[in-house]
Amino acid sequence: MIADERRGLIWWGWVGDHLDDIWQRTVEHVQLTAIALVVGCLISFALALLAVRVRWTYAPIRRVASILYTIPSLALFALLIPFTGLGMVTAEIALVSYTILILVSNTVAGLDAVPASVKEAADGMGYTPRRRLLRVELPLALPTIIAGIRIASVTVIGLVTVAALIGSGGYGVLIEDGLRRSFPTPIVVGAVLSVTLALLVDGGLALLQRLLTPWRRAERGGRELAT
Amino acid sequence: MSTVIDAVQFLLDPANWTGPRGILSRTWAHLWVSIVAVTISAAVAIPSAIWLAHRRRLPNVSVALVNLGRAIPSFAIIALVLPFSIRFGFGLGFWPTCIALVALGIPPMFTNAYSGVAETPDHLTEAAAGIGMTGPQVLRKLELPSAVPLLVTGVRISAVQIIATATLGAVVGYECLGTYIVAGLARGAAGRPQVLAGAVLVAALALLADLLLDHLQRRLTPWNTQQLR
Repeated sequence: MIADERRGLIWWGWVGDHLDDIWQRTVEHVQLTAIALVVGCLISFALALLAVRVRWTYAPIRRVASILYTIPSLALFALLIPFTGLGMVTAEIALVSYTILILVSNTVAGLDAVPASVKEAADGMGYTPRRRLLRVELPLALPTIIAGIRIASVTVIGLVTVAALIGSGGYGVLIEDGLRRSFPTPIVVGAVLSVTLALLVDGGLALLQRLLTPWRRAERGGRELAT
Repeated sequence: MSTVIDAVQFLLDPANWTGPRGILSRTWAHLWVSIVAVTISAAVAIPSAIWLAHRRRLPNVSVALVNLGRAIPSFAIIALVLPFSIRFGFGLGFWPTCIALVALGIPPMFTNAYSGVAETPDHLTEAAAGIGMTGPQVLRKLELPSAVPLLVTGVRISAVQIIATATLGAVVGYECLGTYIVAGLARGAAGRPQVLAGAVLVAALALLADLLLDHLQRRLTPWNTQQLR
């Protein structure tokens, strides 16, 4: 009887018995994602500002970021293990490095798309460069920047599941557990929750963009980065 | 540091390159499952995308498909396929890996092929209809040629992702380059040099594939200035 239940796609009895465990994995997954996104945004915004000001730096920044992006996640985690060991630090370094290409490209594209006439008007009104950046360019670039953050967050949430293989927690722990015991239920729970989390964060950020840029209808930005 | 030295020694030892479990045969296995997966994905995604785009049907599906494709973790797909693969007699290893890679490879190919055909400017398709071209003629003589750059881009993106993700096949028992990482991790501290050597090999293969396919794409469609990534 139990064997039959175990073989099915989902066995609700197991889910009911493991709500604490599932909640703990959710907290870990959200934490890993949030840290990676915040650090990724800080690094990427700094790099994007540099790339916009000092144009020749953009090509090498993109080149390095795209190499990091191309290295398979498991390999990048594994490359770091000798230096940072197993666990969270290693996972975060790898996760952050995956966000940079998307975030830098979208931020630069957003800032580049601000019309020259608008920038000149701001200069004419006596805005200092810093104030022009904060009050004029960033708000206008916001839809593209948030589109980048949406892609980056969905990507990171998916990659966090792989990070479980190097012992850093999250929904991947459930998936790995199910694999080891040939028991589909935890795999399904981990997969479904990971997808749900990704869609929730994506929707939340889309809503945030609508609220932050009331002067323009939410557009489907970041398409040029659609991988 | 000794891990790094041991990993270099592992890579320099010719004995590790040959034989049925050597680097060369595992590289080939890695590429083989990728080639099969790219072929199946293309066979499924491209004709359906072209047909739907030609009819301008389901325009939101391609966007939704890409978003969903990005949201479903490939590790979860591989893991989910495994129990079914075993139950339906496909076993461990090759097939669960391949099926997961196909699922991963379809969205970029589908979306790019769809946009390529559907974004043919309306005034061109109308002009083509105006000079008396039939539906299939419009598709063959106008829409397909103008879709080629995006189509090739889609195949390249899928292929790079598939080769990268084939690494995870090691988790479900497919012997590929990822096996060095997974088997090494299972051995704890003693396996560290093997983990590092495997990571270097996988990274090198992925970067090389990206470089080659990018070069191939430029050769195939030198007029393509539109780089959808």
